[in-house]
Amino acid sequence: MNVFDIIGPIMIGPSSSHTAGAVRLGRVAWKILGQRAVKAKIMFSGSFAETYKGHGTDKAIIAGIMGMHSNDERIKNALTLAKESGLEFSFELIQLPDAHPNTARITLTGENNATCTIQGCSIGGGNILVTEINGLEVSFTGQYNTLLVLHYDKPGTIAAVTNFMAYSGLNIGNFRLSRPKKGGEAVMTIEVDGEVPDYLIQNLQILPNIINVILIKAI
Amino acid sequence: MLSYNSIAELCQNANEQNKKISEIVLSDEALQMEQSEEALFNKMTENFKTMCQAVNDGKNPNLRSASGLTGGDAAKMEKYAQTGGLCGSFLNLAIMKAIAVSEYNAAMGKIVAAPTAGSCGILPACIISMVESKKCDEKQAIMSLFTAGAIGMVIAQKASVAGAEGGCQAECGSASAMAAAVLVELAGGTPEQSAHACAMAIKNQLGLVCDPVAGLVEIPCIKRNVSGTVIAFSSAEMALAGIESKIPADECIMAMKQVGSSLPCSLRETSQGGLAITPTGLKLKEQVFGTK
Ligand code: SF4
Repeated sequence: MNVFDIIGPIMIGPSSSHTAGAVRLGRVAWKILGQRAVKAKIMFSGSFAETYKGHGTDKAIIAGIMGMHSNDERIKNALTLAKESGLEFSFELIQLPDAHPNTARITLTGENNATCTIQGCSIGGGNILVTEINGLEVSFTGQYNTLLVLHYDKPGTIAAVTNFMAYSGLNIGNFRLSRPKKGGEAVMTIEVDGEVPDYLIQNLQILPNIINVILIKAI
Repeated sequence: MLSYNSIAELCQNANEQNKKISEIVLSDEALQMEQSEEALFNKMTENFKTMCQAVNDGKNPNLRSASGLTGGDAAKMEKYAQTGGLCGSFLNLAIMKAIAVSEYNAAMGKIVAAPTAGSCGILPACIISMVESKKCDEKQAIMSLFTAGAIGMVIAQKASVAGAEGGCQAECGSASAMAAAVLVELAGGTPEQSAHACAMAIKNQLGLVCDPVAGLVEIPCIKRNVSGTVIAFSSAEMALAGIESKIPADECIMAMKQVGSSLPCSLRETSQGGLAITPTGLKLKEQVFGTK
């Protein structure tokens, strides 16, 4: 925590959890999709489902999917802007048992037909926790530059990635592995201190057993 | 490096270095965040500018929230403040600013969470009033936000700044405590006096519940930003007069934590108690969402 977590962020109101956090959730989904979204299906659970209209949670999440930040004054008009730009969207209310009260599930389709589904929650003060990406369990806040490394669970893969990062002088703040099945597809969630250079991502991508590397810049 | 574990630590370090709390915090944060003091000051300047803009835009008489429940009261207050009212135009204009920023927040305007969006009107109301009445300059006001941030960090670590965890004492109460300490610093008081002001502000809002009507950050939030502002001024005035809080600030924060955890869930942002379930509160909810 630093002073700017208390005095800040600069955000569009009215609620850090229901508005600013929602923008960030939408933005993470967009980043993971990696291209312009043309279709968005959003499911709200808990308090999000009950109060999303009054807090502008719907506008906020769509704004995030369009790549806006939580301080963007266009958030208010996000639904209109989305329609104009050809982004189709729908909202659905669901009850996810055991989920945090402010949880959303976002499924996006991109202009090049890529799809992704993320689940995350807004945990207060505009901070979020992403808990699932395409069925894989993850856990990151987006407060730090985060590398998601999709890979095949084979011996030496983690060491290769972390060694390479150490060699590039990057300090790992947090590391998490999600591996639904031994030997199958798995994901490393790596939060790092400092900037991640482009060459690092390119170099990680060509390591053996790596499927894809996504950088989610601190949001 | 500072741990932001106690207000006493902040006072002690400031005294040892013969500096203001804001100064030691800026140096320390620059170290901890591995950035220059200048970069942090500039970032804080952006926060300050956003606060000023929010006061300005929030005064618009035509402003209305997304739900339609609130808006336009800051404009009324500004007009009234010109008469001097009961407490003079200084305090009435501060009240106006607290309303303006909070109403602007409810209307999806751009604000600075301080510490939260719900309590975003208190710090701007206090420090911008000081600048406008020439009791301090802009640079001092921006610096003082580091003091506010440090106090907030202690409260966040030792208790909470989230209404869902600690009730409104954690949001408007914390903002008011932060602002009280800031006002003392801006008026030239000592770090101890800032700590006493902070303690007195917490004491005055201990137990304040979070019960927003229809779950929206509007009713009673906007008006609680006003009471938080007025309490910040009265606490700072007492501290500057040499009055001490018998219970030290750190213990007040402990009490806040304990009171917060004994608040029932219905009074912690769930809108299942307090003003939210009054007949009118429920009627307003129905008006906005069409359900009770
Ligand atoms: S009543 Fe609740 S939502 Fe409103 S300002 Fe206080 S803590 Fe925030």
